[in-house]
Amino acid sequence: MATGTKSRPISSFLLRNPRIRLIGLLAFPMTWIIGVYIVSLFLLLITAFWYVDPFSSLVRPGFTLDNFIDVFTVPAYLSTSIRTLFIALAVTFLCILFAVPLGLYMAKIARPWVRNLLAVAITLPLWAGYLVKIIAMRLVFTEQGFFNWAMAPFGIKGPGFSVPIVILTLTYLWFPYMALPVFTAMRQIPHNLFDASSDLGARGFMTIYRVVIPLIIPAIIAGSVFTFSLSLGDYLAARFTGGATQMIGSLIAANINLNPPVAAAFSMIPIAFVVIYLMVARRTGSLERM
Amino acid sequence: MALIQIRGLRKTFGSVTAVAGITLDIESGEFITLLGPSGSGKTTVLRMIAGFENPDEGVITLGEEEITHLPPFDRDVNTVFQDYALFPHMTIQENVEYGLRTRKVAKAERARQALEAITSVKLAHVADRLPHQLSGGQRQRIALARALVLRPKVLLLDEPLGALDRQLREEMQIELKRIQREAGITFIFVTHDQEEAMRMSDRIVVFNEGRIEQVGTPEEVYERPATRFVAGFLGVSNILEGEASRAVGGSGASISIRPERIRIEPDSYKSSGEESALVGLLTEVAYLGANTIFIIEADAGARISVTKLNQELPSQNVRFATGDRVLAVWRKNHASEISV
Repeated sequence: MATGTKSRPISSFLLRNPRIRLIGLLAFPMTWIIGVYIVSLFLLLITAFWYVDPFSSLVRPGFTLDNFIDVFTVPAYLSTSIRTLFIALAVTFLCILFAVPLGLYMAKIARPWVRNLLAVAITLPLWAGYLVKIIAMRLVFTEQGFFNWAMAPFGIKGPGFSVPIVILTLTYLWFPYMALPVFTAMRQIPHNLFDASSDLGARGFMTIYRVVIPLIIPAIIAGSVFTFSLSLGDYLAARFTGGATQMIGSLIAANINLNPPVAAAFSMIPIAFVVIYLMVARRTGSLERM
Repeated sequence: MALIQIRGLRKTFGSVTAVAGITLDIESGEFITLLGPSGSGKTTVLRMIAGFENPDEGVITLGEEEITHLPPFDRDVNTVFQDYALFPHMTIQENVEYGLRTRKVAKAERARQALEAITSVKLAHVADRLPHQLSGGQRQRIALARALVLRPKVLLLDEPLGALDRQLREEMQIELKRIQREAGITFIFVTHDQEEAMRMSDRIVVFNEGRIEQVGTPEEVYERPATRFVAGFLGVSNILEGEASRAVGGSGASISIRPERIRIEPDSYKSSGEESALVGLLTEVAYLGANTIFIIEADAGARISVTKLNQELPSQNVRFATGDRVLAVWRKNHASEISV
């Protein structure tokens, strides 16, 4: 518009100065990302190399690898890391195990209203608070809880608060983050690939193994980044449904006041696990071949 | 005994009848085309032969074996899909090997047979690529190789050339016909393109509204259309009814006569005993390059379209102009009575 220069000075100024326009666009998000995300993570990393003065119990800046050495050499610490890794992998595996058949059913077999109902059922737990869900699981598996009551006629008794219940609780918490991407990816598989597979002689399992799974691998990896990393960092599930079970998060929580550098060093472990996990996923080539 | 026998096949989807009870025999080694407009049931019949749909009624027999309700993986038939349905995450080689893998063919043998099949469609150089790196025509040929490597008794082709451009389409038509002849496999080909059907088929099955209108060689269905639908779907036809039909000595049943079989004569022309003629007014002359189309409004009440191949320069060969009284003349054995 010809009158634009007069009536809209800011717009026309920005139009002529793309650099300033870019700054205007990114000022807030970049402040947030750099100022809060990156700096706090960086501070965490730095703190991991600091130490606690044994006399004053105050945190002193410096450079020591002792915190990391502790993490890897103190048997209780090491076994906790391994237990946490195992729990996170088990949660991820269970989520995949539930999500793939469910996604297949929802995407390819279910009638539209059943599909919508299931989609709501999957996302419904996301509406409830995180603690609420942990307490719900605690109530189900407590000594006089629902599980023991319902299973009593069959002579089955629950394991009590322990690692398996932590795994179930975390699976319950993070399942939607696996189920939704898997379902979405499944819907995008053209139906005639299923026809073609069976036409070429494949039965159901082979079709799932050779056609469906490879095509939804990116979704499984996306979902597993959530289930895996959220499980690695969690400690309330272990606290309320794990009995004596300790996870990395439990150790961080225990050390955060007494020994912040050790807590910081522990915080690096889940990050390292996730980075290694993503590198392995990348290595397999399953991300590029799409 | 026919290789495939279809008896009383019926399929409904909800309240829609897709296939309304068809019976058909398909001979071994035959190239047979199921031709019809979209929604006529031809693809549903193909999908029932493949095993993707379960018929509501009827029986399908392949060789000695009844296959009506067998799953697709237990049938000795393979399909070339409309949009190829190549597995996007597998290389061309892996795609072609897929069916051999399900049959537990040893690895080296599998690779050898697959490469042979890929070579036979002249695409050995793309064996290591992924489907999305290929052109439509190449994907088409790979889909064909993937099905043929299993040496099925019957190959089902569901509008496989629909997505190709015209030139590629004609090349593929010739190629398909050659492959079918050399492999000696029965091809059941679905299309809505009547020219494609005429060009390739030993026999054509014309579908309309879930029923078979006519089965015959291309010449039979073109020259002797059984119904008004067939006459109109394969090429263009003049339909003479009632008075017009009686005026050329018919019983009053509808008569079909192709525009290119009619010639125009002056109204003084005396037709022979082997000829039929209708007198009328020439109302339109349209020059279309290869052909000229004449429209005659017959006195007996019919609009007759006449096609004349322009073997001479039309401007130097003007015999008739709009407004002339003319005779439309044809040989009696070129016309056929149709039902419905």
